[in-house]
Formats: sequence, C-alpha cells, structure tokens
Amino acid sequence: MLFFSYFKDLVGREVTVELKNDLAIRGTLHSVDQYLNIKLENTKVVDQDKYPHMLSVRNCFIRGSVVRYVQLPPDGVDVELLHDATRREARGG
Amino acid sequence: MASEEESTVKEPLDLIRLSLDERIYVKLRSDRELRGKLHAYDQHLNMILGEVEEVITTVEIDDETYEEIVRTTKRIVPFLFVRGDGVILVAPPLRTA
Repeated sequence: MLFFSYFKDLVGREVTVELKNDLAIRGTLHSVDQYLNIKLENTKVVDQDKYPHMLSVRNCFIRGSVVRYVQLPPDGVDVELLHDATRREARGG
Repeated sequence: MASEEESTVKEPLDLIRLSLDERIYVKLRSDRELRGKLHAYDQHLNMILGEVEEVITTVEIDDETYEEIVRTTKRIVPFLFVRGDGVILVAPPLRTA
C-alpha cells in the first residue's frame, strides 16, 4: 500500500522504468494501480539504437511484475515522509 | 513497551526496519548488487534507495583462450525504486558498536 500511495503522488512526473529484460523506458507517469502496473505517456526508449522496434511506441502499459527498477525524480522523494510511512506500515503489518 | 518494540529483532523484517536511513547492501537476481541509503520498504521487499551505486557483474569467455573475463559495470542513481521480487538478500551496515 505504501508504494501504491507513493506512486500515485508521483503521477504527472517524469520517471525511467527499467524492465527485467534490460529495456529502459522514460516517460510521464500517467497512472498506477495496486499491483504497481504502470501506464506511461510520451515514452522514449533510453537506448533507441538497441531497440529500434520501440520507436513508434508513444504510450504504454507496463505489467508491474516485469519492472526491475524505477528511477525517481530527486525532488519527488520526501525522505522524512517515506520513513514515517514505512514505520507505520511495519507496525501495522 | 514502545522502546522494546523499537529495538528488538523478533522477526527477519525487524532487521531491515532498524536499517532505515542507513546505507545497506542488496544482492539482486541477474548478478546485480546495490549499495544505498534505505528510505522505504514493504513486506515484499520493494524498496526506495537513495544515492545508489549499482554494480553489474558479467562473465565473458575469451574466444581464443577460453579464459573467463569478469567485468563489473558501475553506475550511480540518485533515487531508485527497487521491485522486491528481484531481491536475494539485504545486509545492514556494519555496526562498530
């Protein structure tokens, strides 16, 4: 629930999603759901030379389970807020 | 009671809770390792790390000598969300106390 809420607050921001097959897609976070499925808009594949078949993809849905990392905007991380939320979640189960 | 709750390690995840805001080591699938400051985690071991150093280890075989060439690639990411299903182990920082 913690990360679902966190990503909801991040809607509209630019993120880079790195997938388990090493494909990295940069785009504007359009929406997220409880499985951390992600919808990106205005997407751009980071290594276009390696993945030319992705050139025409402008927005996409990414299944949560294939995500390895999400690179977050530095000003989109409120460290204190995250600590509090994490402690609350750890206590509540 | 509250202080006891804060400091004792009764279950594995307690060890990670005590590492909040500390630099931790995370070993991941596909020969990846991370070192970074733990800012958030949940029961799946999804995490948000700060000032992350990622090390990827690859082994190549030399075509002629068949020698194994171990290469490590490093990069720094300011803030990274890590999906928990790739996590193999989490180690807290070394405590000198």
